[in-house]
Amino acid sequence: MGNTRNIPRRQFDAVVVGAGGSGLRAALQLAESNLKVAVLSKVFPTRSHTVAAQGGVSASLGNEEPDNWHWHMYDTVKGSDYLGDQDAIEFMCRKACDAVVELEHYGMPFDRLDNGKIYQRPFGGHTSNYGERAIKRACAAADRTGHAMLHTLYQRNVRARTQFFVEWMALDLICNQQGDVLGVVALEMETGEVMILQAKATLLATGGAGRIYSASTNAFINTGDGLGMAARAGIPLEDMEFWQFHPTGVAGAGVLITEGVRGEGGFLLNKNGERFMERYAPTVKDLASRDVVARAMATEIKEGRGAGKDGEYILLKLDHLGGDVIDKRLPGIREIAKKFANVDPATDPIPVVPTCHYQMGGVPTNVQGQAIMPDGRGGEKIVKGLYAAGECACVSVHGANRLGTNSLLDLLVFGKSAGQQVVKDIAADVASMPELPADAADKTMARLARLDSATTGERVNDVGAEMRRTMQAHCGVFRFPDSMAEGVKKMLAVAERAKSTFIQDKSKVFNTARVEALELDNLVEVALSTMISANARQESRGAHDRSDFPNRDDVNWMKHSLWFKEGNRLEYKPVQLKPLTVESFEPKARVY
Amino acid sequence: MSAPGRDTERIKWHCRRGLLELDLVLQRFVDRHLDTLSDVQTDVFKELLAYEDNDLLDMVMGRAEPVNGDLSAVLELMRSA
Repeated sequence: MGNTRNIPRRQFDAVVVGAGGSGLRAALQLAESNLKVAVLSKVFPTRSHTVAAQGGVSASLGNEEPDNWHWHMYDTVKGSDYLGDQDAIEFMCRKACDAVVELEHYGMPFDRLDNGKIYQRPFGGHTSNYGERAIKRACAAADRTGHAMLHTLYQRNVRARTQFFVEWMALDLICNQQGDVLGVVALEMETGEVMILQAKATLLATGGAGRIYSASTNAFINTGDGLGMAARAGIPLEDMEFWQFHPTGVAGAGVLITEGVRGEGGFLLNKNGERFMERYAPTVKDLASRDVVARAMATEIKEGRGAGKDGEYILLKLDHLGGDVIDKRLPGIREIAKKFANVDPATDPIPVVPTCHYQMGGVPTNVQGQAIMPDGRGGEKIVKGLYAAGECACVSVHGANRLGTNSLLDLLVFGKSAGQQVVKDIAADVASMPELPADAADKTMARLARLDSATTGERVNDVGAEMRRTMQAHCGVFRFPDSMAEGVKKMLAVAERAKSTFIQDKSKVFNTARVEALELDNLVEVALSTMISANARQESRGAHDRSDFPNRDDVNWMKHSLWFKEGNRLEYKPVQLKPLTVESFEPKARVY
Repeated sequence: MSAPGRDTERIKWHCRRGLLELDLVLQRFVDRHLDTLSDVQTDVFKELLAYEDNDLLDMVMGRAEPVNGDLSAVLELMRSA
């Protein structure tokens, strides 16, 4: 062992893994501080999944009506179903206005009011005066807010001379005996060569891992690479049971069908043609809130009343509205349905399923973006050299449920904050680059060698499909105890199978099969952490909704889950109920 | 004639996008057409892939047309994939 010396090595002050919003915001902070920064990205930075964010970024600017950060904080705490850490939420909401104004100064083309100020629009869950009424708090650039944000941050990074490694995939963290993180082992896709990127600071910004579900709005690149790397390095993953779902994504595709369809008179049918929402919500029926609709759909599917060959979806009927009304009131829906569901909703119902959208959990961090984990003596320690921000981190501002528009805010605030902390830590630690252990890349090289030499085994696609099916059926939007217990067994089997994947294509240059096999390793860690954390949490809170424990249990479960890969072990840590400067928001029933 | 050697693999990777809608359309297009594209069509496809995600999606969904008319034929294949 100890073949590290044969692997090319480069040294940086900081390595950022991922070039979406949080990675770019963090990298900007570092590059503008004249640090030597490498940003690794599997795809060109402006093709990161942040580009898909449409809604906006929230900040209590008060451009449209009076607002303040404390109201925003209340909405975020309540939205999190009281699992969010109130210190982190205060931190984020207080910094929101500065973050948005700073972005404006970078050239972000926000929509504007006639008086020149940034236009703001209402968004679900955002209120004035602690829940009194809806407020206009979301700042947007038409329906391309994420796109505009990525471009603005990318341009700024180019100006700051950030060094990008495009089409590079980070494979593993490098750790020493003490568990300090010393950089990453990464794969250059164009050559298939492996390199060690040694760094005083490694910042994970790899986004979510929504591809663990068969129904997901996430792009194919969202494979949780940072989470897999952290898990393999012995770092726990926090609150992985919490995933936000949307009730109506196109079955088998994931593309969202707007809730406006039901607003305009569309309704849901089971395989018997029954309008089942009449049973679950007799008054409002299909216009019930998202979680009620999603739960009813999941129940129909679980009880064998789903449509389709395997009873796996629900039908969204809107043909009774007529083609003209559909075209006029729901522009674009026919094109989306035709392209992604292969049906014309003017004549046939659209097959839909509850669809995974956003990951609330991730690598545990403090508000400075430093990775933290239990110290084994009842306390917490900082993982030296490791930072995380954005959807791959759990700071935790979203708790059990994210408030709309807080995802873009999260990546701006904590991307910057993590960058600032890296600058501070590097300045304080004048020591030269820490020594790499002799076996720095051994585990990674062994993983690659196995993949390169195996001539038989499991097909990557088969194992991936089984993982996605298992997660969708056993750990979806509404969770049943018998089904989850079975899901744990199935996921453990999937994880075993994933150890013996093989690929036909053994070439080095642009071997996408190899990349997909390595991505699967990461997805499996995420899926396993989700399945096991969900099975253990005996309550319903936010996005974790169980049939056998329908209520929130603040006495026993107001705590964060920490899943460790080794032994599939769970630990828990308390929710930080104490904000930085203000009074706590005491838990109340979450009703809107 | 198909794209020579590993260029096919490179093109496939450039079909990995930030928007799921594009991932889906491009995957279908690659499965159905990539092997049978002419060299000229392959170059056009690469040019389309160089567009930003939202602009490419607008074209694929028929909400926008390319400025360069030479892209239309391959774009039509993508639209019907």
